Amino acid sequence: MSSALRRYIVVRILLTIPMLLILVSLVFVVLRVLPGDPALAILREGASDEQLASFRAALGLDQPLHIQYLNFISGVVRFDFGESMTRSIPVIDEIKTFFPATMELAIAGMFITTVVGIFSGAFAAQHRKKASDYIIRILSIILYSLPIFWLGLMLQMSFGAGLGWLPVSGRLSPGMTPEQTITGMYTIDAILTGNWPLFKDAITHLIMPAITLGLVLAGIFTRLTRANMLDVLEQDFITAGRARGLKERVLVYKHGLRNAFIPIVTLLGLQFALLLAGAILTETTFSWPGMGRLVIDRIYDRDFTTVQGAILFFALMVAGASLIVDILYGFLDPRIRY
Amino acid sequence: MTTNDILYSVRELVVEYHTRVGDLNAVDHVSLDIKRGEVLGLVGESGCGKSTLGKALMRMIQDPGRIVSGELWFNDVELLSLSNEKMRQLRGSRISMIFQDPMTSLNPVQRVVDHITETIQVHEPKTSDKAARARAAELVDRLGINRNRLDDYPHQLSGGMRQRVMISLALALRADLVIADEATTSLDVIVEAQFLDLLKELREEFDLTILLITHNIGLVAELADRVAVMYAGRMAEVAEIRQLFSDAKHPYAQGLLKAVPNIRLDDDELYKMPGSPPNLITAPTGCRFHPRCPQVMEICAQQAPKFQEVSPGQLASCWLYQEHPEKAGQAA
Repeated sequence: MSSALRRYIVVRILLTIPMLLILVSLVFVVLRVLPGDPALAILREGASDEQLASFRAALGLDQPLHIQYLNFISGVVRFDFGESMTRSIPVIDEIKTFFPATMELAIAGMFITTVVGIFSGAFAAQHRKKASDYIIRILSIILYSLPIFWLGLMLQMSFGAGLGWLPVSGRLSPGMTPEQTITGMYTIDAILTGNWPLFKDAITHLIMPAITLGLVLAGIFTRLTRANMLDVLEQDFITAGRARGLKERVLVYKHGLRNAFIPIVTLLGLQFALLLAGAILTETTFSWPGMGRLVIDRIYDRDFTTVQGAILFFALMVAGASLIVDILYGFLDPRIRY
Repeated sequence: MTTNDILYSVRELVVEYHTRVGDLNAVDHVSLDIKRGEVLGLVGESGCGKSTLGKALMRMIQDPGRIVSGELWFNDVELLSLSNEKMRQLRGSRISMIFQDPMTSLNPVQRVVDHITETIQVHEPKTSDKAARARAAELVDRLGINRNRLDDYPHQLSGGMRQRVMISLALALRADLVIADEATTSLDVIVEAQFLDLLKELREEFDLTILLITHNIGLVAELADRVAVMYAGRMAEVAEIRQLFSDAKHPYAQGLLKAVPNIRLDDDELYKMPGSPPNLITAPTGCRFHPRCPQVMEICAQQAPKFQEVSPGQLASCWLYQEHPEKAGQAA
């Protein structure tokens, strides 16, 4: 790694700190501005003033706003998002339980999106205006406009209920339990502990939700990759490479694709947020016990601290994704340096 | 002249572009010989087909263009009959090209050295990475680039250095023919002068045959042995450089030379040829130059003249130097 690249990465990480501070402050303000009194919501109408007061005192809601803010910030820095209002356990523990499921689904979905989207896009660009190009373009529009839950239901009906190849819902079959939680992502834990029956069970459960999530998001990647590749393939250095006798395959997949990658990686970072949101729908469809399920359940329970913690956690994840994207820029394009 | 003197022979080449408003012949029955070891200048206005001809020589015409007919003889091999794979193997190894814009002709995310080693290894797959790198270093040394710059990316080099890298790529496998397509157009005059000096040196050293495609007559005068003048997709005149400058035959070539600015000239205004190049979709009948020709005759609008020798070593396609019915009529 060159010193210029190292410098770029360090500066980019340092720049993340003020961004995170703004993000956390925003979450704090939004939750204070929203109508509704959490104490009243939890204790319901008719609670006595003393009950309300002691509830607020227990959560620190009786403090002046700036003290609340400082408490909130100092908590977030230590990954302490407070205590769940309805479960009496730290919010971070709830997140630790539910997040790995979402992460596992998001990574698998992202993998399918990337592989399907980028390769079909590059292939379509290489075969521009041929039948395969038109077929890929039409399919990508169809995929892009499918509702996630509908595709999920169709897969469940055909491969799950109909053919019986894959389990319809859940993360594991009844009776299967991981012996040991390392990452909380069952497939990875199973590999780490060498538990192959568990791995097989976890991956068969993962396939349908991941395909559902991945395919719906792949459509837009196909189109973006195709458009960028067409741009790049018309540039002079591709012609120059051809004049040097480089093979078409090398020109398209090595020289072309790498130059088309910057906008693709940008979209990948942005889509990560969408992927987490899309995961909520997919999780509901496939009864996948992840963050989406957690947030929806706790909203019904009016568990403000958990919802706040979950939102904040999502925000941090998205910030992290954009940091990773920017660092990837540095590796992909030597012209991007501070 | 034996066939062995001729490195590349173009015979009756036709290149067609398909456009929405109609087809056009960007190169129309062009024949041209490139002699071994010479520098041949190919000049003409923008859009006259000179770049298309250059690309056609490497069989690099892309959609919507197409080589319709003709023969391309290179080292006694007919290129149009070769498979795509055989043709690819010739590109960059036996025939190579230097492009107009060195700023955009290098892959921005690839190191300079990788451009060169990749080119060497695609043609000589057995070359080890280390050997290829050593050859790249030798090559850039010869071209006056410090070998410390090998690991730089293109954006870290100046325009002149990038053009030297382009030359090193063209010479990496000691190609027989180098096609320089407007290779100095994007360079400033000082760098252009350096480029010319370098090309002259390399010509001796590497035994190069160069096709110099340009609209800069001065460049041709400086470097070329012979000149080919194209107009509207056809070959107007081919002559030795001295012949052309002292006694150009084709009225278009004459006009082109008159339009070159001359520092010793007393005229206030530069000579301009009347009219503008034709739209090739609705190309003029007969000789394509006739609407602008100061010496136009009736026959010119009816029939295209042949491209033939008008004096030793000098070919032109113009009715002024050919027998035709009109002339015969006058004589009678």
